[in-house]
Amino acid sequence: MATTDIHIQHDVHHHDDHSHDEHHEGNFWTTYIFSQDHKTIAKQFLITGIFWALVGGTLSVIFRLQLGFPDMNLEWLKPILGGWITPEGKLDPEFYLALVTMHGTIMVFFVLTAGLSGTFSNFLIPLQVGARDMASGFLNMLSYWFFFLSSMVMLVSFFLETGPAAGGWTVYPPLSALPQAIKGSGMGMTLWLVSMALFIVSSLLGSINYITTVINMRTHGMSFTRLPLTIWAFFFTAIIGVLSFPVLFSAALLLIFDRSFGTSFYLSDIFIGGEALPHTGGSPILFQHLFWFLGHPEVYIVLLPALGISSEIIATNSRKPIFGYKAMIGSMLFIAILSFIVWAHHMFVTGMNPFLGSIFMLLTLIIAVPSAVKIFNYVTTLWKGNIRFTPGMLFSIGLVSFFLTGGITGIFLGNSAIDIQLHDTYFVVAHFHLVMGSASFFGMLAGIYHWFPKMFGRMMNAKLGYLHFWCTFIGVYLVFFPMHYIGIAGFPRRYYSWTNFETFSGFADLNMLVSIAAIVTLSAQFIFLFNFFYSMFRGRLAPANPWNATTLEWTTPRNPQHGNWPGEIPSVYRWPYDYSKPGAKDDFIPQTIPYSETPESNLPHENELIKLETSNGHGAIIVEGKH
Amino acid sequence: MSLIIGLGVILVLIILYLIFRVSNLVTIAKGTKTDEERSDSSNSLNAALFIIFMVVSLGVFFWYSFEYFEDYTLPIASVHGAWTDTLFWITMGVTVVAFSIISIIMFVFIYQYRYKEGRKAKFYPDNHYLELAWTIIPAIVLAVLIFTGLRAWNDITAPASEQAEVIELVAQQFAWTARYPGVKDNKLGGYNFRLIDAVNEFGLDLTDKNTFDDFKSLELHIPKGKEVLLRIRAKDVLHSVYLPHFRVKMDAVPGMTTLFKFTATKTTQEMRDELGNPSFNYELACAEICGRGHFSMRMPVVVDEPEAYEQWKKGQEAWLKQNPDYLKKVPAALQEAAMIKSGMQKDPGATVAEIGK
Ligand code: HEM
Ligand SMILES: [Cu+2]
Ligand SMILES: [Cu+2]
Repeated sequence: MATTDIHIQHDVHHHDDHSHDEHHEGNFWTTYIFSQDHKTIAKQFLITGIFWALVGGTLSVIFRLQLGFPDMNLEWLKPILGGWITPEGKLDPEFYLALVTMHGTIMVFFVLTAGLSGTFSNFLIPLQVGARDMASGFLNMLSYWFFFLSSMVMLVSFFLETGPAAGGWTVYPPLSALPQAIKGSGMGMTLWLVSMALFIVSSLLGSINYITTVINMRTHGMSFTRLPLTIWAFFFTAIIGVLSFPVLFSAALLLIFDRSFGTSFYLSDIFIGGEALPHTGGSPILFQHLFWFLGHPEVYIVLLPALGISSEIIATNSRKPIFGYKAMIGSMLFIAILSFIVWAHHMFVTGMNPFLGSIFMLLTLIIAVPSAVKIFNYVTTLWKGNIRFTPGMLFSIGLVSFFLTGGITGIFLGNSAIDIQLHDTYFVVAHFHLVMGSASFFGMLAGIYHWFPKMFGRMMNAKLGYLHFWCTFIGVYLVFFPMHYIGIAGFPRRYYSWTNFETFSGFADLNMLVSIAAIVTLSAQFIFLFNFFYSMFRGRLAPANPWNATTLEWTTPRNPQHGNWPGEIPSVYRWPYDYSKPGAKDDFIPQTIPYSETPESNLPHENELIKLETSNGHGAIIVEGKH
Repeated sequence: MSLIIGLGVILVLIILYLIFRVSNLVTIAKGTKTDEERSDSSNSLNAALFIIFMVVSLGVFFWYSFEYFEDYTLPIASVHGAWTDTLFWITMGVTVVAFSIISIIMFVFIYQYRYKEGRKAKFYPDNHYLELAWTIIPAIVLAVLIFTGLRAWNDITAPASEQAEVIELVAQQFAWTARYPGVKDNKLGGYNFRLIDAVNEFGLDLTDKNTFDDFKSLELHIPKGKEVLLRIRAKDVLHSVYLPHFRVKMDAVPGMTTLFKFTATKTTQEMRDELGNPSFNYELACAEICGRGHFSMRMPVVVDEPEAYEQWKKGQEAWLKQNPDYLKKVPAALQEAAMIKSGMQKDPGATVAEIGK
């Protein structure tokens, strides 16, 4: 036992558990592949996420070629895409839909759910709450391998004769239920469903672990009100996931029944391929309700971790406490709750009862309030700061900018009367790419730049980081901002080409601009990739606390081993945002410094807390009652 | 050829890598700067870039939005379209003001409070009045937007009047078909999806006498100034009726009839004159992914003056007349009426038309 001190006496149950593993040497398989260490699992999620981001990005560039350069000869893609390129050198229209579907699925689930939550919840929760590892390392490992399996199944579906699923990432039946309706609804759709089922298992295993760890494994003194906002965000995200993913599972299950076992949950009165199908009594609208009951919370599953990450990074690099810590938690809580009761705003014109539309419009616009509060709090955090533009900080600022631009258009779409016209046009594509796609993507990149030193013990090159940021920031705006105009002009989404319609015959110029910008933006990501892998092996060695941050992860050694802290786990005495405190020597006070050591900067009520620290000799007894 | 391009790309990459290595070594040779110094030099550049970005992007945004207004806005041709567009532009006004103010404040802060040696940031963890203010103000603004939106939505989705012109739109992969109730009874006849076949594409139930004069059209004709109620259905998968100029959108759902009512305000000719484009046509598009041909599911739309519209309807042949083979599906007792109503047989007189009633 490495930790034989008083500590154990008052907190045995969560302090001694892993310490004996510290010098445990695994072989290659247990260290890198079937690892149960949260840091390794986080890196596995990260690398897999980066892989999928590249795939998803490449798919979007291929279909952007079609939209931006409708006359281009794509013969040169034949070696990769084979029969999906028609003899005239065009993309097959059905394959276009498959590309869009796979792009959406991959980005939302594999990159921004698994890649983002999987990476940072795993990496940061134990390190920031002060735990040796996750509550269950084994389940955590399973979570990654279910994800891996799920992504392999999806990957296989690309190589099917009939192609991958092609009914949109929302896979609305009957299109997704009937192989007669589109080729992708054959085996491709089956694999999509299998893959998603595995993914849901992975996500649930992960979420349960995150929740348990946050509740049970916080170190001494780490009360809920001293948790960094990252942890709060991951915590809410996990709760949302646990409550909503099972609903997607049941939606998928019923779809499987309809597809394979002749049930009629979603199908009714269908005549296709020259025959009337026997199904009666089902409702396609039911699927939409079930899907969006996950689908909308999913938007926040994607977004909240990114907001948590940027809160942390913005506070650290402004050298200021995050403004309105409690309000930030409150608004996240409020968003988490509301996210469950706004789903039908995706269904205003599906034939759903219009009265429901009114209710959901009301609820949707309410959710805009806590979102606005978050933006104001970010801006106020910047006010009178002393801002250091690290690459992580740049990407966090980018996130706030996207969140603002994309959030604003949500006010249009949430208004059912306005949504009649905008629904399923490029206005929606612009909206969700900014507010959910790009904002979360930037949160992920910000997190990578910020925590890379802790992950790999080395620094990423800052100059390349700046270059990467500016190319991507401007690139993303050039890709998605023009889509607002195209959308206001009425252009429908998921269109292979618009030339059949006079109404949609304009904007060849804007569409070309968008496509060029997309190619440039994607290319700029290779700067990042180079920086990432190069720095992993040859970057400057990182100091233990490169950003002068206050949170616990920076008290670990440069390369934390299994168990995270070589000695005992540090205790926590203060909240995570004591930046630039008046009277303090440095512009930051780590969470591990007791108030008794900082009499010069303590606020009156903090002096009161000193007694509690000392009366106990050592560990801070938690005021909020954790025992 | 592609080999040369490939080699060229690789060469460029190698050169870039070498430049990177060399510049890295040079910085190391010059002696490692401390973090503080480093951030001092690049910091001002990044801060300045943010200000430039803000000015240029807001500038381009406003310039493009005003300069190309005509290009990206669609003319309105329905009564409720005028309301929803007004709402749209009111929302636009409110949000663009908020957006501009917040953006400017944010980027100015970013620039103004960039790192300066020796300055200490202000410890400012919260301010309840401020937080209360910016919770309540957006809440009030949103409440106003919600209530105006609700009123429009309730009016748009209210039941259609009795006198509305009812037209059925049927979606299938990948075409639209319209069915009109016919001038004789002005009622749509019954249908059943099990009766659909290659010819009877509506699945008309010919035991229902209201079907006899129904007629099919591949063009959607609607009268100006009269309420139109679309009864929308789909045969195979989801589709969505989208009439961009009329601000109409409603999904077509297999197994469930959906409704949308609206009133057109400008005939095709009037719109042609207004736009100065003699070849202008209204169009109906599909707005819900439905398969391979989703992007080509177009139906021409014509708005006529009410008299011309009635004239057009009178000129259309009943579906039954076009497909006389199906007369055998009509029950014997109704055969005669079917012949008359569908126009296969001259109407012997007003009294006979009453037989069907
Ligand atoms: C290189 C960057 C990206 C580009 C150029 C891009 C472009 C596009 C375009 C043009 C569409 C609409 C295609 C259509 O409707 O025909 C689309 C769909 C979509 N994108 Fe992206 N996108 C990018 C990144 C992302 C990211 C980061 C996300 C993550 C949320 C994302 C999520 C989606 C989703 C969910 C759809 C809808 C798919 C569907 O309609 O089924 N995209 N993308
Ligand atoms: Cu939603
Ligand atoms: Cu369609």
